[in-house]
Amino acid sequence: MIRILLSKMLDFFEIIGKCVKAWITIFVDFAKLLFETIYWIFLGPFKKKPINFSSAFDQMVFMGFQSILIVFFVTFFTGMVLAMQSAHQLEKMGGVIYVASLVTISICRELGPVLTALVIAGRIGAAITAEIGSMKVNEQIEALDTMAISPIRYLAVPKLVALFIMLPFLTVIGDVAGIIGGYVVGVFSLKINPGLYMNITWKFLTLKDIYTGLSKAFIFAIIITMVGVYQGLKTKGGAVGVGRATTVSVVTSFILVIVADCFMTGIYFFWGV
Amino acid sequence: MENKKTVISVKNIKKTFQDRVVLEDINFDVHQGEIFVIMGGSGSGKSTLLRIMAGVIGFDSGNVSFNDKSLIDLSVEQKEQIRKRFGMCFQSAALLDFLTVEGNVSLPLKEHTGLDAKIISMISKMKLNLVGLAGFEDYLPSEISGGMKKRVGLARAIAMDPDIVFYDEPTAGLDPVVCAVVDQLIVDLTKKLKITSIVVTHNMESVFRIADRVAMLYKGELLEVGTTEQIRNSSNEIVQQFINGNIDGPILLNEVKE
Ligand SMILES: Nc1ncnc2c1ncn2[C@@H]1O[C@H](COP(=O)(O)OP(=O)(O)OP(=O)(O)O)[C@@H](O)[C@H]1O
Ligand SMILES: [Mg+2]
Repeated sequence: MIRILLSKMLDFFEIIGKCVKAWITIFVDFAKLLFETIYWIFLGPFKKKPINFSSAFDQMVFMGFQSILIVFFVTFFTGMVLAMQSAHQLEKMGGVIYVASLVTISICRELGPVLTALVIAGRIGAAITAEIGSMKVNEQIEALDTMAISPIRYLAVPKLVALFIMLPFLTVIGDVAGIIGGYVVGVFSLKINPGLYMNITWKFLTLKDIYTGLSKAFIFAIIITMVGVYQGLKTKGGAVGVGRATTVSVVTSFILVIVADCFMTGIYFFWGV
Repeated sequence: MENKKTVISVKNIKKTFQDRVVLEDINFDVHQGEIFVIMGGSGSGKSTLLRIMAGVIGFDSGNVSFNDKSLIDLSVEQKEQIRKRFGMCFQSAALLDFLTVEGNVSLPLKEHTGLDAKIISMISKMKLNLVGLAGFEDYLPSEISGGMKKRVGLARAIAMDPDIVFYDEPTAGLDPVVCAVVDQLIVDLTKKLKITSIVVTHNMESVFRIADRVAMLYKGELLEVGTTEQIRNSSNEIVQQFINGNIDGPILLNEVKE
């Protein structure tokens, strides 16, 4: 009886050990990938292997301009919802007018960056993994290797550069769209005077709200690209494998974006930055 | 015979995939300027061996050396340097599908040579001409046939004028005429430009048309290495069955998994 219990316990610890080991390997591999990407961005130019800006520009068009509309709609409607929900509460305290500042600040600090990042993780993170993953299963990554072309430099660097520039840009658009959403509800439904609404908006919005939000966008860009590239390069097993890797990539990005957001908000909150 | 210089030396290579032994106890030398053919049945580990020789994948034990320099001892940069002198022609062509035919062939030139764009374009056109694909520069890989892709892969493999070219079944899936053309191309490149070629194939016609020496791989083991004459007159029953394509013999169709 005790023997069985003991062996079950040992099995249990073994499973935990294996999980921990697997996680450590993933973490180390990911860190290596990140390091190598950053290495190529900053040291590549000195080794006569500069960033491929024309490829980065193509990526920027695909990632940035073609995402504007979807980002706009998501944050616009979120702004509207936020305005309606908070008006309901603020009404009880007779402060409906503060809908303006509430919407603006929560959009700029949190919802703008986070929602934009989630939309982009779904759109761009998935695309990155699918592209690199299908190259992996079709021996194209190996072909790059045999030509002494680093897949990280050739594929990952332009994508990271592009998203690092475009995600903050999209976040600004998201912020503006959210504020407009709040404005539409505030002015047309809650009948707040338009001038007053904008007045309150500007009065409470500080530069800090904007740059804390934007600083998050830079981190999210790194998370989305690197998770996408990592999952892509790890892909195995044909078309099915590509599908699986894409799903894992998006889910991982979602979780990491939310966790990173929590951390950064915590840092800003406690250190009063 | 003249004294031949060894360019690649494979010693005691063993390779496993998830505890399954795929290659074991592989030993042979490839000489400067020869066409070395690796033949063997499907799944016998030919592509794997080629990948190991090209330094794309690692191995469990043993050693591969180039011009007496061991692959294991090389730094990353030295490996890069060696790779630039390799050309590899993949079984699946492995063209980058977002680049045009010309884009694919010119990619290594663009990345490594710093030549003028016009000259690069000229060189790639010349290489495409060699494989009979002049005029297809602007097509995407998805717009050309499998055999054409293969030939683009070949053009890409020789774009940098490499010293050693690895071909993984260069003629599989080509019609007999193009097949002969590609064989002729491999012979020409090797003899005229003094390239060393390592060719994986199980097309017997090709083997005897192009090979200087042949290695026969069977279930991850090297059965025999020798000149085409030696292989033709081999006393090994498996080799005889394989080159003659007999149904009866020691080769079992249903592979037994150990
Ligand atoms: N990445 C891999 N992971 C696991 N097993 C592999 C992998 N690559 C090859 N193998 C196994 O190694 C063995 C040899 O494969 P390889 O591709 O070298 O055969 P081959 O001789 O080239 O066959 P073919 O003539 O069909 O191309 C096969 O049994 C295959 O299942
Ligand atoms: Mg093969």
